[in-house]
Formats: sequence, C-alpha cells, structure tokens
Amino acid sequence: MRRAEPWLALAGAAALVVVAVAAPWLRFILTLALAKGIAVLGILLLLRAGQVSFGHAMYAAIGAYVVAFAAPSMGDVLVLLPLAMLAAGVVGLVIGVFITRYREIFFSMLNLALSMVLYSLLEKFYAITKGSDGIRVAPLRIAGMAMDGPMAAWVMFATAMVVAAMFWWVARRYLVSPMGEALAGIKTRETRLEFMGVSARGVLLVAYVLSALMAGAAGAIIAMTTRHVTPLLAYWTSSGELVFIAILGGAGGVLGPFLGAVTYELIRVYAAAAFADIWQMALGLALLGVILFAPGGVWGVIAGLLRRARVT
Amino acid sequence: MSVLLEARGLRLAFGGVKAADGIDLAVMRGEFLAIIGPNGAGKTTFINMTTGYLRPQGGSIHYDGEEITGLAPRAIVKRGIGRSFQLPQLFTEHTVLQNAALAIAARRGVWQPFAPLLSVGVIDEARELLSRFGLDGIRESRADTLNEGARKLADIAMAVALRPRLLLMDEPTSGVAASEKMAVVETLARVLREAEVTAVFVEHDMDVVERFSDRVAVWSQGRILALGPPGEVLRDPEVLREVIGVAAPHA
Ligand SMILES: Nc1ncnc2c1ncn2[C@@H]1O[C@H](COP(=O)(O)OP(=O)(O)OP(=O)(O)O)[C@@H](O)[C@H]1O
Ligand SMILES: [Mg+2]
Repeated sequence: MRRAEPWLALAGAAALVVVAVAAPWLRFILTLALAKGIAVLGILLLLRAGQVSFGHAMYAAIGAYVVAFAAPSMGDVLVLLPLAMLAAGVVGLVIGVFITRYREIFFSMLNLALSMVLYSLLEKFYAITKGSDGIRVAPLRIAGMAMDGPMAAWVMFATAMVVAAMFWWVARRYLVSPMGEALAGIKTRETRLEFMGVSARGVLLVAYVLSALMAGAAGAIIAMTTRHVTPLLAYWTSSGELVFIAILGGAGGVLGPFLGAVTYELIRVYAAAAFADIWQMALGLALLGVILFAPGGVWGVIAGLLRRARVT
Repeated sequence: MSVLLEARGLRLAFGGVKAADGIDLAVMRGEFLAIIGPNGAGKTTFINMTTGYLRPQGGSIHYDGEEITGLAPRAIVKRGIGRSFQLPQLFTEHTVLQNAALAIAARRGVWQPFAPLLSVGVIDEARELLSRFGLDGIRESRADTLNEGARKLADIAMAVALRPRLLLMDEPTSGVAASEKMAVVETLARVLREAEVTAVFVEHDMDVVERFSDRVAVWSQGRILALGPPGEVLRDPEVLREVIGVAAPHA
C-alpha cells in the first residue's frame, strides 16, 4: 500500500490538472479543496495521537489575515505564503506549549475556545480588521510578476498543488519516523512513552506546531485565491468542517485529507446546484454513509480496492 | 558490593491504607532481589515510587549516590532505572517489532522526524532483542493480539531495550504458562547477567524466587517483614505463616 501511494497521488494530481483544464470553473473549487486538504492533513497528524482539534480553523484564519494585512506592502505569493506559515507556526508553538498538557475532550474544547476568542477579536476590532465585512486582499504578484485574471487562478492552483505535495511528503515521512510512531503511541500508551524517557508532550507539541503550519498555509492559499478574508474563517463551523473532511477522507493514510476535501467540495457544489436549500443534507448523508459503511473513509475504500486487486 | 539504590523511610498512604509504612531497603550493585508478599502489601507501590510514578509522602530514594525522590519518570529513566509492568504497557496498535523498535529509538533519541523508525540498524537490534526473549514468531503480530505471557515478555523486552543499569520488574512471570516459566526466567536471567543489570522483581512463584534471587525481601502491609538469602527467608516460620501461606500464586 505504501508503495502504491505515490503513484496514486500522482494519478490524483494528474486528474485534478485535467479537470482544471477541462472545466475552468472547477479550478477555483479544486484550489480551495487542495488548501483545505492541507489543513486537514494537520488534523490527521493530531488524530494519530487520538486528539481531535475543534479549533484548527484559527490557524487558517491567522494565515489568511497575515496575507490580507501584508499584501499591500509585500504582495508576492512567495513571500506571503512563508510569512503566513511562520505566523501560524509561532502562534501554534505558544498555544501548543499550554494545550499539549491536555487530552481528549479538554484538548478539543480548548482549541475550540481559543478559536472563538480569535473569531471575536477579528469581529470586534473593526478599526483594524473591518469586522465581519472582512478585508479585500490587495493585488498579488508572483516572483515579481503581476497576477491577473486566468493567470492568477492558475498560479494559485499550482501553488496549492505544490504546497499540498510538499506537506504530503513531509507527513508521509514524519508519520513513520520515530517521532511519528511515538505520536501514535500517545493514543495507545502514553505512560509507556514517559517510562521510555520520551516526553509525550514534546512529541505532541511537534505535531501540533506542524499542524498549525499546515493550517496557516491553507489559510494563506484560501485568502490569495478568494482575495477576501472574514472572521468566518475562524468560526467554529470552519473548524468542524476540517474534522468532517478528515473523517470523510479517512485518517488511515496521508492522501485521505485530499480525497476527503475534493469529495467534500464537489458534493457541496453539486448538491447546492441540485437541491439549493437542503445541500447540507447531502453532506450529512455522505458523512453518515462513511461512518456506517466505510469507517476508513474514501481512502479506506480505495486502499481496500487496491488490496483486493493485488490479491486477485 | 556497593549500594546502587537506597530507600529510606518511604511512606505513602492512600486514604487509610498504608501502602508504604517506613520502607528501608538497600539494593546492591549486581544482585537479583526478589520481592514477595501478599496482595495489597505495597510491592507495586514501591516500584511506582522508585520509578517516579508515585511521589512518596515521606522518606527518600537515592540512586547511585544521587537523590531521585519525586523526580519525574522520564528523569529517572534517563538515569538508568528501567521498569516493566504488572499489567503490560504496550503500544497496542503497533506490532511487537515496532514496539521494540520504539524502545530502541527512545534510547537512541526519538527526535528524528524524517528517518524511518524501522531503519536497518534499529530493525536488526529489535530482531536480536526479540529473539533473545523467544518472541521471533510473533514479531509481526499486533501487540493487542498477544496472549498474556507474550505481552509480559514484550513488556520486559522494551524495558531491557533501554539498557538500564537497574531493572524493576513487576511480576515478570505471571501469565507465562507454568510449563515455560523456568525456561523464560532462565533466559531473562542470562540476558540480565550478560548486560550486568541489577534486578528487583516482584514474584509470587517461590520456586522462581528460590532459584533466581540472591536476596528476598518480604513485604507485608507496607513494611518489610524479612530480608535475606532465600535459603533463610523462605524457611522463616513467621514468613511462612504470614506470607507464603496466603501468597499462593494468584496469576
Ligand atoms: N493509585 C492508588 N490509589 C489508591 N490506592 C492504591 C493505589 N495504588 C495502590 N493502592 C492501594 O495500596 C495498597 C498496596 O497496593 P500495591 O498495588 O502496591 O500492592 P501489591 O503488593 O503490588 O499487590 P498485588 O500483589 O495485588 O499486585 C493496596 O491496598 C492498593 O489498593
Ligand atoms: Mg502489584
């Protein structure tokens, strides 16, 4: 399975490019899906340790607002993206030092609480953030070149692809490293880690900061793609969406978040077109279906099919 | 022989229960010290205090000339004290090989985010370790599928992988089939002697105690009732009456 995965990733990437060329209006949707997939990858790291964050949209919001604030003075994608990641990573480190003392429901709820604090700050400090109106992102450049019209859309699509590929590779290596396996050990036998001389908190903190970096990158891409940021990015429903996608895509493999995000966005678009007011129901049914019939998510289904194909 | 671990006047009560009521014990470098005593005597509590899992309410623990009372488990492990558990503490969703590898990686330094856990060097050492414990056959089994005896051995193997100088084992043979018990202890004792590990082990099987311990400490209601060579202690009428009579193997 591990050997088939890069090929699967490559095939998936190729399919996305084909769709983006054939149906330009989907390109925007797919860019957002890739960005969300990156954030969900961060959720997946924490899930490995058995921890669910219901507040990770806050790091996406941090990345997005960094882009909105910095774009007028240094509007280059290649500057904004690392800057957004850095900001999210630093905040993730500060919060992480405190939050990695907690587990399970406390971990989930503290993340939720902090994300709602950020949401209210973004909403209340109108003078700086323009409150719930949000901020329009100033025109962007890439490597010094101005970005406009379809070219901008392609640049953001490509950026999302490259960043997704990069984090996919990082997560893949990380999860089978001693640190990644120790992370999974937090879920099953945290005391043992301590009695092996390993700081479980330290192990979880690394994952937490990595997940904040990923969410920060996702938020930056979303901001640069939609060119508009609002406090809703930090709202708890946005965090819930990330967890939803993690379950839909499946936590068993690092491709899961991307499969989940693309599935999620496509269901959303087509269900909204087909049923207008009740499109959330389609998402709900999809999640219900996954939990009842495919607990491994979309990734679990694909992995199962591949395994069967190999056996026969 | 010099003292490696010394407990002085350890006290710890849970509500009204005195799990440690003035424990004085010196463990000598290189010896195998058995702890026996009835259920609830405070044997596990002693190991928990020594390894930093519980903080004594009174008294002190010195290891290798340094006071370690109340240090965190991690700090104590780093000083060379390892332990295994009465209830095996394995990473249940990992294979036996991965469990061993994680322990080896923990010793070498776990802070490598990009090298695989199962690198060639670690795999070789993990395999060698598991074969010393006779666990080759179940290397690829997930830890939560093992029987009690195998889980016990894997648990001890993980402690040994850390290369401790002092190893505290809580009922290492409970759950190991009676027919295999002596062979298992034989292997374990050889592994520990080769590595010059000082061992303290809680044991309910008097045959094992008789054969493998240099000294025996008899626990009763948070106190040490008797201490000495097994030949003497296990024949002491008071010990026989107080402890061995009620300490029939309970596993
Ligand atoms: N964490 C705890 N909280 C409350 N009581 C405890 C705790 N740990 C131990 N005890 C109590 O302290 C006493 C000593 O327990 P301990 O586990 O040390 O006994 P033991 O000699 O290891 O017994 P066994 O042979 O059954 O393992 C018991 O009465 C036990 O119920
Ligand atoms: Mg006990």
